[in-house]
Amino acid sequence: MKFRTPLSHARGLGSAKEGTGHWWAQRLTAIALVPLMLWFAWSIIGLTSADYATVHAWIAQPTNAGVLLILIYAAFYHSMLGLQVIIEDYVHVRWMELMLMILVRFASIILGVAAALAVVLIATES
Amino acid sequence: MAEFRLPKNSRVKKGHTFAAPEGARNVKRFRVYRWDPDAGENPRMDTYHLDMDTCGPMVLDALIKVKDEIDSTLTFRRSCREGICGSCAMNIDGTNTLACTLPIAGIRGDVKVYPLPHQQVIKDLVPDQTHFFAQYASIKPWLQTQSTAPPDKERLQSPEDRHKLDGLYECIMCACCSTACPSYWWNPDRFLGPAVLLQAYRWIVDSRDEMTGERLDDLEDPFRLYRCHTIMSCTNTCPKHLNPGKSIAEIKKLLVERKAT
Repeated sequence: MKFRTPLSHARGLGSAKEGTGHWWAQRLTAIALVPLMLWFAWSIIGLTSADYATVHAWIAQPTNAGVLLILIYAAFYHSMLGLQVIIEDYVHVRWMELMLMILVRFASIILGVAAALAVVLIATES
Repeated sequence: MAEFRLPKNSRVKKGHTFAAPEGARNVKRFRVYRWDPDAGENPRMDTYHLDMDTCGPMVLDALIKVKDEIDSTLTFRRSCREGICGSCAMNIDGTNTLACTLPIAGIRGDVKVYPLPHQQVIKDLVPDQTHFFAQYASIKPWLQTQSTAPPDKERLQSPEDRHKLDGLYECIMCACCSTACPSYWWNPDRFLGPAVLLQAYRWIVDSRDEMTGERLDDLEDPFRLYRCHTIMSCTNTCPKHLNPGKSIAEIKKLLVERKAT
């Protein structure tokens, strides 16, 4: 039985009054990732035939370690925001949407922290 | 999850074929989506062979010819026949457009006519636009002010401010753009869609309106506004050559402008 008016359906629960922060953060991280990924690709190509010790030393360099940390943060934050949008777009079963959203958040944080920790450990190794 | 096949009762079957009249030399084939809610059958594609020598130039002329001369049960909306009422919006030759302003001569091969995509069909080429117009009503498409109107004259607007409404006021709410938008297909309940967002922007930029902030508040929502991913199908398909994608971008710019970045 549906006695709700079309307007009540269209107005729904009202505006969330947010979304601009998410949208802006997605753009900012996207802009940041352009030079970061170019730098990363360039560096990796330069290290293709390098041995373990050389790569280790490269990561341990403070500038490289710092930029790597920024890259890791931007990449995981950006992918988390993007995956959230994809789930909102396509997943319309509420419990599945919720589960995926939680999974994406947790996985992004765990993987991001693990990656950052790896860089920090290498950089602080004496 | 996303569904990639139509539900069983929506799959389109082969329909009837109507031959051209004897002696017709300039014949064009029209394949038209048909569905009758009372028949309890699946939708079908009927084929009409029309004599172009006795038919008007536009697709709407052909549909009217079918209704007048061949099959009076064919159901579609039409009114002004000059692209200003927005009634005859449908999917023709793969594109949402107005049947009355699309010349048949420009279409190669068969002319395929479907109702606007991803809408509930009431009958044949008539989609249910109840929700679409309720969404339009929800953005309060009228001038809102706090100051009272001048008692002896109209609210003034400079020519420069009036020019800001060009490219917006021409929208006839035919729904071609909204029903061409994949984001609107997946989330029509909550995403307002390009047509309604263009209309919302029309009131946001109106220099006489005083509720700009409240209007932006109402739009700032992950679904109402931010389902737009700049796919630009809206601008691509608009039969009035407007740019709803740009209107949406302008709304997003205003939302960024008013917050601390």
